[in-house]
Amino acid sequence: MARTEVSMSKTETSRTETSRTEIRIGGLGGQGVILCGMVIGKAASIYDGKNATLIQSFGPEARGSACSAQVIVAEGPIDYPYVRQPDVLVLLSRDAYAQFIDQLKPGGLLLYESDLIAPDERLPARARAHGIPATRFAEELGRRLVLNIVMAGFFTGVTGLVPIDTVEKAVRDSVPRGTEDLNLRALRKGYAFGLELVGKGQRSGVA
Amino acid sequence: MQADPKGVLTGAHFLDGDQAACEGALAAGCRFVAGYPITPSTEVVERFAARIPLVGGVFIQMEDEIASSIAIQGAVWAGQKAMTVTSGPGLSLMMEHVGFAAMTETLCVFVDVQRAGPSTGLPTLPGQGDMMQVKWGSHGDYEPIALVPSSPQECFDLMIRAFNLAETFRAPVFFMMDEVVGHMTERVVIPGASAIEVAERRLTRKKPGEYRPFEANGDLVPDMVRSGEGYRIHVTGLTHDERGYRAMTAAAHGRLVERLSNKVRANRDRLVDVREDGVDGADVVVVSYGITSRVAARAVAEARERGVRAGHLRLVIAWPFPARRVREIAARAKAFVVPELNLGQMALEVERAAGGRAVVVPVPHAGGTVHEPAAILEKILEAKG
Repeated sequence: MARTEVSMSKTETSRTETSRTEIRIGGLGGQGVILCGMVIGKAASIYDGKNATLIQSFGPEARGSACSAQVIVAEGPIDYPYVRQPDVLVLLSRDAYAQFIDQLKPGGLLLYESDLIAPDERLPARARAHGIPATRFAEELGRRLVLNIVMAGFFTGVTGLVPIDTVEKAVRDSVPRGTEDLNLRALRKGYAFGLELVGKGQRSGVA
Repeated sequence: MQADPKGVLTGAHFLDGDQAACEGALAAGCRFVAGYPITPSTEVVERFAARIPLVGGVFIQMEDEIASSIAIQGAVWAGQKAMTVTSGPGLSLMMEHVGFAAMTETLCVFVDVQRAGPSTGLPTLPGQGDMMQVKWGSHGDYEPIALVPSSPQECFDLMIRAFNLAETFRAPVFFMMDEVVGHMTERVVIPGASAIEVAERRLTRKKPGEYRPFEANGDLVPDMVRSGEGYRIHVTGLTHDERGYRAMTAAAHGRLVERLSNKVRANRDRLVDVREDGVDGADVVVVSYGITSRVAARAVAEARERGVRAGHLRLVIAWPFPARRVREIAARAKAFVVPELNLGQMALEVERAAGGRAVVVPVPHAGGTVHEPAAILEKILEAKG
């Protein structure tokens, strides 16, 4: 035979997932939920030497249905790629708030679109919540569409989970060509707002 | 042969499994895709359509899956490496031409990103319910090869192997992803073209007139020709002799169909590919594949934390099934636990191979999401007795 496959029986050793951070981003189809998760995951896994998985959930509809992204960031390898109890919830719509708020880890962090969501008594014990008018900021920058990148910047500013320069790189090669500058402005707007909110050097971190 | 650098996107990327599978196909030298896009496989062809003008090749969005699955076979006989991409509802339609590929030894790759069925089922949600369909779906006897990646990186790596196996065995090769593996995004490292080994088409050295297109070599696999190079060939789904002419006798049929199966059966032990974690000495061995293997890995780790001697055997190639290895394990382990996103398909194969020497505990799930690791853990704890 010209070329055959060799028989393989390789060994995989079981691994412990170290410093695992679970993030769920929820909103409506069309709000850029998946891209927001993509930017965070790419920054961590391609530019910050960590591991990351991104799982997207959506319905058959193209726009307007519930949409969510699950991102895991870990130092070690990631086996189970699903979010069970998010350390950080990033929510962009009231529906997403209603759907996911119960899942937030006690002491976890909620980041939310403050013109659309008003946190209530459903917020778990000891959870911290920080809002940003991401859609309004995006409109002020010229395009409502970039609200997801405002949110990614806000996430970076508040949590410090990934360095801002890695997120900038991730934005640059994830957004459509010609929109890089607008998106980077959106990122910095959200980042600055987040930093200001939590105070420089005293980031919220993640639970 | 080394991969053509034009098709190799060397570097570290954050890709979903569908996109990685597309890059694997391009790296393997696939230059023709015909498909009828369907969730959750759409991103494979979407990317192929975007990339192929830069690489040089053809993508055709066909009128349906039936046409797609035969267009690729035309491309193969014209000398190309080709694949079609679909999900369960499309795969059901393709079954006639899967048989045609088997019978005519047309070496194409069928990509199936599995969603929950039957019928149109849950378009955007995962299933693993097509495992037996690819084994038995087309009528008559043949031996398919099926690979089951569990990560975007494996979608890239194994896709290259899928094309290489197709070239080597001239049998239908199925690339069995599931919706989660297809839509999960993770780092994918694509090496340089010189580090990627691709199988070349095995072309005859015989002259036109001497060449018999279905005359097998010692390894039971006949050499091919490219259309337009002076050879007269006849390719038919009817039972045929070594010349490719129809031969309507039981003797000719036995000769042909037995060879079609034997070329894979004779190489079963070389084809088998499993990844093992703590299987030797385990009381309970979890057998899994695709996304379920990543969920199962969590359950196995938790079982060990509770003191259970648990092992994990992950299928990388589902067909041919690693029956010999499962039989060996069955002689020593108490039980197998088989989680899958169907109501028990590969579990039947584990049971067959175990032959009553170890208990087989399926962990069925109709699909739509993955198992809770706790559900698998519970069965491991039950099975250890």
